[in-house]
Amino acid sequence: MSSTLTVRVGTPSAATDAAIDMSTALGRFELPNPVLTASGCAAAGRELNQFFDVAKLGGVVTKSIMLRPRSGRPTPRMAETPSGMLNSIGLQGPGIDAFLETDLPWLVERGARAVVSIAGGTVEEFGKLATRLRDAGGASMIEVNISCPNVEDRGQVFACDPRAAANVVQAVRRATRAEVPVFAKLSPDVTDIVAVARSCVEAGADGLSMTNTLLGIVIDTDTLRPVLAGVTGGLSGPAIRPVALRCVWQVHQAMPDVPILGMGGIRTGLDALQFVLAGASAVSVGTETFHDPGAPIRVLNELTKALADRGFERFSDAVGLAHQPR
Amino acid sequence: MTPVQVTGEVLSLRRIGAYHAMTVVAPGVAESAKPGQFVTVAVGGPDTSMLMRRPFSIHRVHERGVYGGTVEFVFSVEGRGTRWLAQMQPHEPIDIVGPLGKPFSLPREPATCVLVGGGYGSAPLFPLADALRERGCRIDFVIGAATEERLFGALDAKRISATLSVTTDDGSVGLRGRVSDPLPEVLTTTKADVVYACGPMPMLRAVSRIAGEAGIPCQIAVEEMMACGVGVCMTCVLPVIGDDGQTRMVRSCVDGPVFHGDRVRFDDIGVIPPDTVGAPEPPQPKRAGKPSAKTQRVAEALR
Repeated sequence: MSSTLTVRVGTPSAATDAAIDMSTALGRFELPNPVLTASGCAAAGRELNQFFDVAKLGGVVTKSIMLRPRSGRPTPRMAETPSGMLNSIGLQGPGIDAFLETDLPWLVERGARAVVSIAGGTVEEFGKLATRLRDAGGASMIEVNISCPNVEDRGQVFACDPRAAANVVQAVRRATRAEVPVFAKLSPDVTDIVAVARSCVEAGADGLSMTNTLLGIVIDTDTLRPVLAGVTGGLSGPAIRPVALRCVWQVHQAMPDVPILGMGGIRTGLDALQFVLAGASAVSVGTETFHDPGAPIRVLNELTKALADRGFERFSDAVGLAHQPR
Repeated sequence: MTPVQVTGEVLSLRRIGAYHAMTVVAPGVAESAKPGQFVTVAVGGPDTSMLMRRPFSIHRVHERGVYGGTVEFVFSVEGRGTRWLAQMQPHEPIDIVGPLGKPFSLPREPATCVLVGGGYGSAPLFPLADALRERGCRIDFVIGAATEERLFGALDAKRISATLSVTTDDGSVGLRGRVSDPLPEVLTTTKADVVYACGPMPMLRAVSRIAGEAGIPCQIAVEEMMACGVGVCMTCVLPVIGDDGQTRMVRSCVDGPVFHGDRVRFDDIGVIPPDTVGAPEPPQPKRAGKPSAKTQRVAEALR
């Protein structure tokens, strides 16, 4: 019980220990530090910038951009679950034109590193989006969202089928400049995540984002019907952390040279450290941002301190360390 | 008006009828809050399993208390989160973000304002009433609830208003019925210039319709379910008609919670109206064409 008041206004002072090199890389994308926002949990950075300077993060991963404006799914779109939440937003967004006109230039002007998440209903749409981004410039990396569970047709979840996933990755990779890495965002709702990951890498993915949400349902015991208007939704938050971590572990074990952007229920620096030790070269902080809008920068500070406490001099020395024998 | 996140301190927690009112020392939140705005609080402590912040409209602010600015919000114990809030003790820390959302807009010149509150939806109408009275406006209150216990602010409303109408669903006090029942008459007798309302969605729909029929502008503050409260999650959206006449799914937290009553498509809440910007295209009818002669013959034979 404390009677002192701590005011957090603007950017909390970085607890960065000068002795630690926090820089990392996702393919050819070099980041000053390994903490990013997660797609769908930060819009395009502007709202969170009220609470901290988004340029201080390793990168801002935007909400998935589609070719056209999209209204998303009906409400209710959200249900709180134990240590998590279920959402069925359905990729509501302004479309690529508005994104390129306002959101991306804003990020670039602020000096934030933009990781643009893209989503489409067909391979062709993904290719068109990548072409638009190439022509516009400004994106440091592309995250290909082939795993959003909130689409009308489950057949559109490309990440559930290695061949479909590869087709999308190939179309995006072909349309993107070589210096801009293309990461495929994978779904944990598959029997063999390594097979999907391998298929994406063989199709040209420079790395993998793991993982998207898990498909779930909540039923209202008063109305006796599903809570979400969309019936099913994506489960996120600490509830899914061990599952996401297992995916990162398995894929890093199978393909240790493929960079991984790890995510799934990261709340603290120690949660982030688990993903790093399992093989993630950087992490995204997602649902926790709804709970604590300052979470991404807090996680960065906590991770930096956690590494210092454990005697690390370089962040990169911790990547995948848990796979090594004691 | 940029929102801030602060670790505030519970100053007091009191019961008001069926509700709880919590006052929090929250420097930076109180100073810039405007009527109609809200705060969100994290519930359950540092290791909580409840990730969603709870949004509450601001009831009272004191910019300069002994300990710094304070904000007060009113809540009803409905679930685990509000139950946790209700057992907090003075001096305990609480993570609070605010002020959030668009406030009520105020008339430029003195006007007659009818303020309509349902349940603890009347809580944000009191700072609004103060701001309106500072501008020389006349205030008439209509408040209602299911029962007397669930009325909020009747005494305060009586003190600052020219007239007060009270309704309860069970008739335990005031008129038996809905808060919208006496509204047409109140609008007529007071020669109202503007209506402000906050409460449950069916009430806001009724109030907006009545104000619309009377040709009186109406501002409503919605109570929508939110995950983030700051504009990033897209869960609190409503179909709202914009200045360009187009319907969009807009965020209650940053584009609201205050809307013009005639802009919210109440009948379409819970669906995506087909004329919404970005609405899914209707499924393409299968190109059936005319059945062939043979198909017709077969169908005939089977009949």
